[in-house]
Amino acid sequence: MVALIFLFLVILSAILAPLLTPYPEQGAGVPNITEKLNAPNRQHPFGTDNLGRDLWARILFGARTSLMIGFTVTVLGAFIGTVLGAMAGYFGGWIDEIIMRITDVFLAFPPLLLAIIMAAVLGPSITNTIIAITVVWWPWYTRIIRGQAISVRERNYIKAAIVIGVNDRTIIKRHLLPNIMTPVLVQATLDLGSAILVAASLSFIGLGTQPPAADWGVLVSEGRELLLSGRWWLSVYPGLAIFLTVTALNLMGDGVRDAADPKTRGGK
Amino acid sequence: MGRPLLQVEGLRMDFHTPAGKSKVLRGVSFTVDRGQIFGIVGESGCGKTMTARAILGLVPHTGEVTEGRILYNGEDLLRLSQRKIRKFRGKRIAMIFQNPQAALNPLFTIGEQISALMKQNIGEADIEKIIDLIRDTGLPNPEKIIKSYPHRLSGGMQQRAMIAMALSSEPELLIADEPTTALDVTIQAQILELLTKLKEEKGLTILFVTHNMGVIAEMCDSVAVFYAGKVVEQGTVRGIFHSPKHPYTQGLLATLPHPGSRGKDLATIAGVVPSGLTEIRGCPFASRCPQVRSICRQQPPAWTEFENGKNSFKHKVACFLY
Amino acid sequence: MTAMSTPIIDIKGLNVDYVVHGGLFSRKGQTIRVINGIDLQIFAGEILGIVGESGCGKSTLAYGITRLVEPTSGEVIFQGTDILKFKKSELRRIRRNIQLVFQDPFSSLNPRMKIFELVAEPLRTHSEMNTSEMERQVEELLKKVGVSSEFMNRYPHQLSGGQAQRVILARALSLNPSVIILDEPTSALDVSVQAQIINLLIQLQQEYNLSYMFISHDLTLLQHIATRIGVIYLGEIVELSSSEALFEAPQHPYTQALLSATPLPDPDTKRQRIVLDGNVPSPANPPAGCRFHVRCPHVMDICRTQPPGVYQTHTGWAKCHLLE
Repeated sequence: MVALIFLFLVILSAILAPLLTPYPEQGAGVPNITEKLNAPNRQHPFGTDNLGRDLWARILFGARTSLMIGFTVTVLGAFIGTVLGAMAGYFGGWIDEIIMRITDVFLAFPPLLLAIIMAAVLGPSITNTIIAITVVWWPWYTRIIRGQAISVRERNYIKAAIVIGVNDRTIIKRHLLPNIMTPVLVQATLDLGSAILVAASLSFIGLGTQPPAADWGVLVSEGRELLLSGRWWLSVYPGLAIFLTVTALNLMGDGVRDAADPKTRGGK
Repeated sequence: MGRPLLQVEGLRMDFHTPAGKSKVLRGVSFTVDRGQIFGIVGESGCGKTMTARAILGLVPHTGEVTEGRILYNGEDLLRLSQRKIRKFRGKRIAMIFQNPQAALNPLFTIGEQISALMKQNIGEADIEKIIDLIRDTGLPNPEKIIKSYPHRLSGGMQQRAMIAMALSSEPELLIADEPTTALDVTIQAQILELLTKLKEEKGLTILFVTHNMGVIAEMCDSVAVFYAGKVVEQGTVRGIFHSPKHPYTQGLLATLPHPGSRGKDLATIAGVVPSGLTEIRGCPFASRCPQVRSICRQQPPAWTEFENGKNSFKHKVACFLY
Repeated sequence: MTAMSTPIIDIKGLNVDYVVHGGLFSRKGQTIRVINGIDLQIFAGEILGIVGESGCGKSTLAYGITRLVEPTSGEVIFQGTDILKFKKSELRRIRRNIQLVFQDPFSSLNPRMKIFELVAEPLRTHSEMNTSEMERQVEELLKKVGVSSEFMNRYPHQLSGGQAQRVILARALSLNPSVIILDEPTSALDVSVQAQIINLLIQLQQEYNLSYMFISHDLTLLQHIATRIGVIYLGEIVELSSSEALFEAPQHPYTQALLSATPLPDPDTKRQRIVLDGNVPSPANPPAGCRFHVRCPHVMDICRTQPPGVYQTHTGWAKCHLLE
């Protein structure tokens, strides 16, 4: 419950970012050299960075990017994975073979490594980050959905639909998918947090969002070099933002899973 | 006749569900004499399985017995401590289930399971005795069965193994909860024959729970008919089948297809079984009874007893018609 | 039943194999012949009962006829053509005519769809009706099977077993089929509910001029409802006869045993009990010769090596060397 409220606030702040800070242009990247590297004070409660930009503003704008990447990646990955997994599970045979072999290839790579390689190959940018992470993400969903599809396709209501003469596409759409989506929804909610983390990691090593745009990974990275010189606020606050958001997403994911499971829900 | 072996009086049980308290048993009473096969029959939700489980204290934790007595040889099982109940469970009262997988542990051989039970219940496990037990249930090649794991046996054989386990401590009472419902007809015939033989050779009293009227007619000496958590009629099997007194019993028997029903509509009972969540003030069957009167809705009917000819086996019914 | 009448469905030499994949170390799978050379006819207006125990293949027979499972060989002739030869796209047309009702009503209804949607689905699939026409049709169908239209907006789990089975019948009827195959349609229901569904089935049959293939393990039920009864054992039909003849004079030893094992709700009638030895052998490893010989109380030497041919009895036939 707390997690939900927190998340709601985070999303709200991301959307309303320019209105929540007196320094919107600094959030977007415009430097303000005169106030370079100020510790947190009354005008800049989170301090300023090495180009004098207000850190709170930067974090707000960074939220926009981080969240957007996280959502897009998760939605895209879940979508592709569901379509492929449903087809593999329902049709079986050579369709299943082909799809699963491709999936296996992608699953064999350590995810972060693959994302890094893709990002490096494609060139660092927000779009390419999304592509890189999605490529890593979808195989997990394919696996989950395929397993569900295989068990559900033997159910009598699917057989009944076949005997009535409903075509395969409609069966998948109306009968199969609605009954196998729940684990996907749960997984996706849990994944949001991970997606944000991976995106932040890519940005941290310079392969994601490029300055002067910001996402939380970039902010942490920018602060890293100055950490030892005592400017702790530059890494700590963005890091906290990542930590709290991801934790909240995980808690929410647990909640979704408990709510979706009829046994813990307690009766029909 | 002596004292009856088992006497259930006014048993009430509630189930705690998210929707409220569900009344599973609304006052169950019946009497089982020694050495007979006593049938408990009813449709789904009538409370027959829960009654059987209550005797051995095997009610799920959401269930609660609120009233009544279960007298076994005069002793009220409901008032006994956990420690004392264990003296009965498996030793003097044994139970077999519809699904042998419920009783047979897939990780141990049949021999290991029976000997563990024997050690616990009578102190020692004798291989010869185990072989005899298994042979008595009609399983061929007992030496091989002892070394087998449950999943290697067919459904009928598992059922026999479960019976062997149940009999390992030489109980007085065997509770059989739908033991043949999941079995094919020809296998069922084998098991029913076995149970009858056990009753005749060992003087075993069997409490047989089922929804199948045919099996009741074949197996049982006496029957209690359950409806919506209450016993509505009890009598000898002939009395129940040839002169059913309660409108529900009559209705139930009339719905069965039989040689001679061909070409005609089967009789039906209008309405549905009342939900456990509803309070019932009078007779539970009042809402569906073709012969209902206004008093039936207001008060629960008392027992009326009939003597059946020279045998003087009692036949009793709870109905305002009498 | 005249000898000259053409059956609505004529099944010839039907074989259905299942391939069970080998374990870790074997690449080839094992082929199990679940349905072995079945010849069967369903005539217009009759109720053909099929009785057998678990593992005999009765459900597979139903699946094979409707091509839920693809038969390995044989013919299923409907309206003059072999539907086993149809391509998937042509099959759709035929589906209107042959419907299948399963045992457990709840598992046949998509738990996430409303009753209206479920009953309307066949109409949606095969016709171009608009929503209001479909609503009217669904309401009428539900009324025919005795379900009030207030249930149209409910979900399956809100119905009782009997109501759910009625909804399934409404769905099956919506396409005006000629044949309905029912696989143990009342086994999951209480006896009093079973009676209602049976009465309904008979009424619908007369009203809609239907033919049924009624699969059950309950011989007493089939005696009440079936015109002819086929007894199936280990994938083969071992006896087929009119309902009365089967009960008065069963020819095949398995039929006799089945009949004697069926408990009658009458304590005074003790059937002469024939208790069979052992269990049904696995279809993966059927006995040689007559498939029933290992359990047969009248087994002869020839039964162990030679499968019996078909011998005519006076209302049907049976496969048994004793009849030679």
